[in-house]
Amino acid sequence: MARSVTTRHKTIATVAAWIVALLIFFPILYTIITSFKSEQEAIQGFNLIPSGTFESYAEVQAQSGYFKFFLNSVILSVGSTILALLVAIPAAWSMAFSPTKRTKDILMWMLSTKMMPAVAVLFPIYLIFRDLDLLDSRIGLMVMLMLINLPIVVWMLYTYFREIPGEILEAARMDGASLWNEIIHVLTPMAVPGIASTMLLNIILAWNEAFWTIRLTTTDAAPLTAFISSFSSPQGLFWAKLSAASTLAIAPILIMGWFSQKQLVRGLTFGAVK
Amino acid sequence: MATQQTRSLARFMMAPSVVLLLVWMVVPLALTLWFSFQQYNPLNPVRDGFVGLSNYALFYSNPAFLQSILNTLILVVSVLLITVIGGILLALLIDQPMWGQGIVRILVISPFFVMPPVAALVWKNMIMHPQYGVFADIARFFGAQPIDWFGQYPMLAIIIIVAWQWLPFATLILLTALQSLDGEQKEAAEMDGAGFISRFIYLTLPHMSRAITVVILIQTIFLLSVYAEILVTTNGGPGYASTNLPFLVYQKALLEFKIGQASAGGIIAVILANIVAFFAMRAVGKNLDK
Repeated sequence: MARSVTTRHKTIATVAAWIVALLIFFPILYTIITSFKSEQEAIQGFNLIPSGTFESYAEVQAQSGYFKFFLNSVILSVGSTILALLVAIPAAWSMAFSPTKRTKDILMWMLSTKMMPAVAVLFPIYLIFRDLDLLDSRIGLMVMLMLINLPIVVWMLYTYFREIPGEILEAARMDGASLWNEIIHVLTPMAVPGIASTMLLNIILAWNEAFWTIRLTTTDAAPLTAFISSFSSPQGLFWAKLSAASTLAIAPILIMGWFSQKQLVRGLTFGAVK
Repeated sequence: MATQQTRSLARFMMAPSVVLLLVWMVVPLALTLWFSFQQYNPLNPVRDGFVGLSNYALFYSNPAFLQSILNTLILVVSVLLITVIGGILLALLIDQPMWGQGIVRILVISPFFVMPPVAALVWKNMIMHPQYGVFADIARFFGAQPIDWFGQYPMLAIIIIVAWQWLPFATLILLTALQSLDGEQKEAAEMDGAGFISRFIYLTLPHMSRAITVVILIQTIFLLSVYAEILVTTNGGPGYASTNLPFLVYQKALLEFKIGQASAGGIIAVILANIVAFFAMRAVGKNLDK
């Protein structure tokens, strides 16, 4: 690029962008800071320097057993993602490599299931879960999360698989490779990055899903979304504890999210913006 | 070249996804439709039975219903306006040459990864709390009376929270689109003496139009069903001031056990979503051809 940029222009842009970015990030930053304060400090007005105590973290774990919810979040998000991949990979595969006239319609229809508002089916799902004894069970919720994200998973895999050149398949076939060999030695290595990206985005989506995870669980299967919602009615002095619990709930996914910016754009725009 | 064999193999590979999604879509929706014509109360089953359209009539005559539809639309439209306009401005800013661009991106995108209940609780308690929130601290610093956000301006408070969650998404998508703009085209326009404004209107904006469409459509899907943010902040109140359609249906179904009315509300939510989906699918479908 031959465009010359003056230092002055760059300085102004830097200052402006950093101010806006810090303002947007501020609620998260302030929550992390407050989590290292004592309850007394937390309500004594605006203060960016905490005393550095870990007592809120210890208390959150001791009082409400944070770790159990964390474990449920991990099991549900990873489990539902693996289930979704198992179902979606063959479908995306066949749509990408042997498309028919109806492939596009099927993809569209899958996407349209995502538009159904969850509340519309809240009660039937509640009844079905109750009758199958799935309320507050990890398996039930895992299937639920899998179904919710399945359209996005199929779509994302499809856009990745479509970029694998078909000529490679033909070449392998000409060389006499069997279907099985073709899948293991030719396609899998090329498909792995796409599958990994899809997995990453889907874990984030499942981790943050906050309708079914709250409504279909009580204690045993409750993940962090349900745990955090229990803080909605204030109980005395709880600012530091709330901050500690919030920090713990978002930290793992925040860090994962930072590494998945590209996949996020691609996955949530169905490949329309890359 | 598709032989009969590969074609049936393809069908076999697609079957699990298609069947699962079909069952997931048809069964609960059919049940909801059935319940919407029934009087059904799990706590008091005496008068249960077929009631025709009266659930719809009841739901319609409920003053909370119109309010909830209005709130749903206000929420969707305001958040869209804030995030799309804010997102364009922010993307233009971050696209400028600067020091630490990577970190700025990370800071700006972060709110999107915060789960809705955490976002809502953090804003409710850390930022907007009338006594201990940062806004109250700022107000007191200037000698003003702190605002009771959720009591006085519940919808505005929820709009701010939801916009904070979605502004990063809009910014990230629009920034990605912006960065794929051909540098040479920009230079040519600059050499021809096009100013910043005309470059933006005639070059940048048309280039971003597809990304803007996608942002609007995806966000609309999610904004139509905002739930956790309302649950943990205002609980729909005061009165029905911040109740949207999903929240009203939830209240009818699981708090009041008026299943018939809740189902009627659910069907109305489906119709509303379908109107939006119709436009969404067309736009996404067009993008698929490119």
